[in-house]
Amino acid sequence: MAISTAGGIDCDVHPAVPSMAALLPHLDDLWRETMVLRGIDGLDLASYPPGAPANCRADWRPPGGKGGTDLGYLQRQALDAFGTRFAIANVLYGAQALHSEDMAAALCRAVNDWVAQEWLDPEPRLRASIVVPWQNPQLAAEEIHRCALDPRFVSVLVLVMVDQPLGRRSQWPIYEAATAHGLPVTVHAGSAGRHPVSGATGWGSYHVEDYVAQAAAFQSQLLSLLYEGVFERFPTLKVVFAESGVTWLPTLLWRARKTWRALRSEVPWVLRPPEEVVAEHVRFTTQPFDAPASAIERVLDQLGSDRLLLFSTDYPTTTSRAPTPCPTSFPPTWPAGSWSTTRSTPSPAWPRPPARPPPTYRTAQEAEP
Amino acid sequence: MSLDIATSIDSVTTADVAPAPAVGSRTPLAIVDCDIHPLPRRSSDLNPFLSARWRRHLETYGNGNRSPFFANTPYPRFTPALSRRDAWPPTGGLPGSDLEFMRSQHLDANHVELGMLQVLAPSGMAQRNVEFGAALCTAVNDWQVAAWAEPEPRLKASITVAQEDAHAAVAEIEARTGDPHFAQIAMAPRAFNPLGQRAYWPIYEAAVAAGLPIGVHAGGYSGAADTGSGHPSFYAEDHHSNAMSMQTLLSSMILEGVFERFPTLRIVLVEGGFAWAASLGWRLDQHWARFRDEVPHVPLPPSTYLKRNVWITTQPMEEPTMPRHLREVVEWMGWDRLLFSTDYPHWDYDEPAQCFGVGFDDAQRAMIFRDNALHLYGDLRPGRS
Repeated sequence: MAISTAGGIDCDVHPAVPSMAALLPHLDDLWRETMVLRGIDGLDLASYPPGAPANCRADWRPPGGKGGTDLGYLQRQALDAFGTRFAIANVLYGAQALHSEDMAAALCRAVNDWVAQEWLDPEPRLRASIVVPWQNPQLAAEEIHRCALDPRFVSVLVLVMVDQPLGRRSQWPIYEAATAHGLPVTVHAGSAGRHPVSGATGWGSYHVEDYVAQAAAFQSQLLSLLYEGVFERFPTLKVVFAESGVTWLPTLLWRARKTWRALRSEVPWVLRPPEEVVAEHVRFTTQPFDAPASAIERVLDQLGSDRLLLFSTDYPTTTSRAPTPCPTSFPPTWPAGSWSTTRSTPSPAWPRPPARPPPTYRTAQEAEP
Repeated sequence: MSLDIATSIDSVTTADVAPAPAVGSRTPLAIVDCDIHPLPRRSSDLNPFLSARWRRHLETYGNGNRSPFFANTPYPRFTPALSRRDAWPPTGGLPGSDLEFMRSQHLDANHVELGMLQVLAPSGMAQRNVEFGAALCTAVNDWQVAAWAEPEPRLKASITVAQEDAHAAVAEIEARTGDPHFAQIAMAPRAFNPLGQRAYWPIYEAAVAAGLPIGVHAGGYSGAADTGSGHPSFYAEDHHSNAMSMQTLLSSMILEGVFERFPTLRIVLVEGGFAWAASLGWRLDQHWARFRDEVPHVPLPPSTYLKRNVWITTQPMEEPTMPRHLREVVEWMGWDRLLFSTDYPHWDYDEPAQCFGVGFDDAQRAMIFRDNALHLYGDLRPGRS
């Protein structure tokens, strides 16, 4: 049955950078000249080929060709159509895949300023995640401190596949900065191309093979965040897994609990079983939800709680289905209008958009943890 | 009984091993164990099966895998020899190296009517020097017959092949075809390239011609990190990552069209757990439908091949707190897909008397513990074939 999304929070929509030309006004002289003189463009992520039919619903593709590049389209097709109160813009762009830390930092700054000016300024229903140069976690933390002064930035965005597992201590400055501002960290599908997307079985041949393997990467990242003790060190941290597929989670936790009990002397700082840590710290967006209609209710029972889920459309990709972006057969016991996932669940994970007035501005120095 | 780690290796004997607890009034079920690990008693045990050149090579250079250590795995294991502390033979030697002790501790005690051998070390499957790898595979196969399958008819060998050299692998399979000591072919899931890719197809052609399933046991040395985001820190992660590798391996084989080209090929995934299979099938189906234009050579929903061409062993079993949840997962996969395995003598062994203890009826237990394997491999039990 159709689920009412009116008044909900769409936790994953994708404005797209049209081309480098859109970012030039947001680069300083050095980097603008660098981009122009070197002819640098074409930094869309290989994880999301812009022309693939699956990456933009046919009726959502704007005349320019690249899905997510037209604000008017997004307003009508995502915000108006689903009646969402807020939608969170996660910009997937190659700034997060560059090998140069400095170029990555410059382009992340440009993307954040571009999204603020071109999307957040004209559309008050939009919020955004801060794109960060994880390649250098110190620079990433600086970018978080800079952008967090704007309350319309409501989370920190990293790709699920970078050069190291996200739990590793080298990445902790990102979590330190995020928690300093009360921002969740959104781990979104996508690869920086450092390792075979399929992991230890090597580089596959097909895009769909890579896409399916994103779920394996999410599984590994969840274990990394758990076992490295990220949530012990940052007890207020919330992590949102966006576009993970979700249904791998129950059986992963069954095995993780067993493994943790057997091997916890290797990770003595992990004091609670995995499922308890996940229930407190990790949330999952609903698109895509990898299960047939006949199994959804059983999977939700295995998850133990719909409070783990956050409503998302994944606009403009084809993981969204008309007329509702939600899995087509979420249980009828969740009647339209009271579906907790679209409303109450996001509040703890996303403190900024629904729960708080804009915070008092702080200087960057005051915001330093 | 408390075990001091430093002294346990030498002091534990069979007398310390508690008998398997009785579960209710259930009559012990004679079982097929689809994952048992034998080891040579001494490294020289393989010498009779190696040429002088490769004996010297093994002694001098050891294993040449895509891996940092001369004589250890990239993630040092959690117990000596990866094994149960009570599995060290009282007569000396490594766990899994003494047939008589394996009989008394495992085959007899657990009513194992048929056991599938998986040799993890030494292994020629992932050697960088493929010529050495092929020679080592041949030696391991000869040794499995001489040391295990011939003296113990309950044990069946797996044909290890140098999978990066399809020509050598096919020759090895053809040389063993018809030998009743071998029940399957063995490959490692973490190959130099995804196993669905065309370089490996001659092996699948040979497997179909020989009428043998391929048992893909967790492990291998591809050189790539365990995860798509690099190398995790801990053995706890590495251990679990084998389940993710099984998922990406299946995606590769299905999406490359292996099961379209070889519709009767039978793949057995060993020691990757199993409960993830339902979700993987759903994910493959859902996104295959979105990206069908990219893989026109895969005409059927991918889960079709999962339920037709793939079997999965049970250990290390995912254990939910609610037994009905495990039952649901098996329903989704299909009761005929699961093959029981213990992983004897390793530390993460699953105990037959305690697995599936709740919520499975006798017919379901019989399928998982015995009948599915007999259908897949044929009834290879002594005196039956």
